[in-house]
Amino acid sequence: MDFHLTKEQEMLRKLYREFAQNEVKPLAEEVDEEERFPVETVKKLGKLGMMGIYFPKEYGGAGADVLSYAMCVEEMAKVCGTTAVIISSHTSLCCAPIFENGTEEQKKKYLPKLCSGEWIGAFGLTEPNAGTDASGQQTTAVLDGDHYVLNGSKIFITNAGFADVFIIFAMTDKKAGNHGISAFIVERNFPGFSVGKHEKKMGIRGSSTCELIMEDCIVPKENLLGQLNKGFKIAMKTLDGGRIGIAAQALGLGEGAIDEAIAYTQERVQFGRRISQFQNTQFQLADMHTRMQAAQYLVYAAASKKQSGEPYSMDAAMAKLFAAEAASDVTRRAVQLFGGYGYTREYPVERMMRDAKITEIYEGTSEVQRMVISSHLGVK
Amino acid sequence: MKAIVCVKQVPDTSGKVAVKADGTMDRASMATITNPDDMNAIEAALRLKDATGCEVTVVSMGPPPAEGMLRELLAMGADKAVLVSGREFGGSDTYATSQILAAAVKKIGVDDETVIFCGRQAIDGDTAQVGPQIAEKLHLPQVTYVSEIEATGKSLTVKRALEDGYMSIQVQMPCLLTCIKELNEPRYMSVGGIMDAYAKPYEVYDFNTLKDDPLIDLDTIGLKGSPTNVYKSFSPPVKGAGLMLEGSDKGTCDKLAALLDEKHLI
Repeated sequence: MDFHLTKEQEMLRKLYREFAQNEVKPLAEEVDEEERFPVETVKKLGKLGMMGIYFPKEYGGAGADVLSYAMCVEEMAKVCGTTAVIISSHTSLCCAPIFENGTEEQKKKYLPKLCSGEWIGAFGLTEPNAGTDASGQQTTAVLDGDHYVLNGSKIFITNAGFADVFIIFAMTDKKAGNHGISAFIVERNFPGFSVGKHEKKMGIRGSSTCELIMEDCIVPKENLLGQLNKGFKIAMKTLDGGRIGIAAQALGLGEGAIDEAIAYTQERVQFGRRISQFQNTQFQLADMHTRMQAAQYLVYAAASKKQSGEPYSMDAAMAKLFAAEAASDVTRRAVQLFGGYGYTREYPVERMMRDAKITEIYEGTSEVQRMVISSHLGVK
Repeated sequence: MKAIVCVKQVPDTSGKVAVKADGTMDRASMATITNPDDMNAIEAALRLKDATGCEVTVVSMGPPPAEGMLRELLAMGADKAVLVSGREFGGSDTYATSQILAAAVKKIGVDDETVIFCGRQAIDGDTAQVGPQIAEKLHLPQVTYVSEIEATGKSLTVKRALEDGYMSIQVQMPCLLTCIKELNEPRYMSVGGIMDAYAKPYEVYDFNTLKDDPLIDLDTIGLKGSPTNVYKSFSPPVKGAGLMLEGSDKGTCDKLAALLDEKHLI
């Protein structure tokens, strides 16, 4: 066992921190306040290799590993939850399933443009009646000659308003339930495809969350991803990987709130003393840091297992469950340490608290993570 | 075309400067960075590479941990790195440092189309002498305080910043330029660049590597070869409480002007 990062990972951490401080942090408040998708940041991320960190260079990736990717999401989330989730859904939910299930032609066609940030990716699984019960898909795909015709809709799709490529799940055999779902690579400009209502959210407000509508949407036959009727497995495997990204986002949000609280409590004076001199402050910060450190080890372990090809489904579920609940708790406590000022939008901690809540819900609620973990334990 | 960039690893003086009990600077306890002006020098070289496809070699004299800094410059896009490191080089003043760096630059190879880039000055020593001295020892033309560069065939047109204006200078290659902050905005490393940084050519030149060069002699390098020696270092006295002058009459203003003049502030 070795808890040290490699020299490359140390250098990457330095790059992420510099980029986060100089390019992401200064925009974070505006992106939240104006619910603005930071297009310019995505372009810069793509140019520096951060939109395809762990994919091989032959597909336009940067050739790093899964842990290096998780660290990137973590560092961005420390200053901006929105930027972190843009990278995470793009990488884990769109690039990864193409890389892991795509044909050589599909990988060559889509990955280089996705990894360079020229194209943004998204993942369409959730429907109004198929959230936690993802098998209840109502979108259909019917083969018609050389193409599939898709009909239905998806909701709560991250990156939707700005994405160029979507991984869409649809029923190809209604009677077969889970075993009748297939995955498709759908481009934004395919006929019959449109982006609908933009959700007004409590947090991660710069992230574009919209509805997708498919009305006789024409998808070329060669855009079937993986085997026919094997889409549910692709969705579940993709979400295992996505949970590492969201766990890393939660981790960064908690750590970012602690950074802010440490700085603030050492400046703020009450009763003639810095509030960091009160033992309650010290104990709160000690507990907060300990929780996030525990979360970090879970997240890094899950990322390392995915990288080495070991089973990591339970690890990813534990990392996401623990990191998300820790982030919600820690950001809430950070607001408390800021007192009345923490409740104002002048300071970043209320934004971090709003952003943290979603990490307990998306890419599988905390309750779904507990279902995954207990089933791995054989508890029925 | 070919670019050689001389860089220095320096303590990060933007944070707290740590001073030891004996009054000297506690370098070991301070974070290190690439000297800021040298970052502009490397960016200038990388832009030349973007425009012409030229090879960029970075060279630094320092202790073995300076490798980390050189790898970062490779991750930004430099092609080769050379660390000049050896006990014999320690304690060098600017004369000895430029002697050693000039020998290293010669070993890397200076041809008709070589541009050597340096930063204006390092934030630790603050002398701004090493760049010009390297140029002298290599018998090359130099332009200092460069704030703009344009490559035109076999020569460069550069803008040299002065206190209240600038000079536009055309200079033949090979030449040496010292760069200032206004020249450019240094780029970030990239993820792919970092993954390649440890696979790029990296060499260490020690005393034996350079000893055949006429510039390298135990009497012209290191502490012994330095014409100047730091005799004593001390922290500047801590400023006391500020002086408040009250009143808005001419007399008070004259008094303020006199006080500022006395401290050579105006």
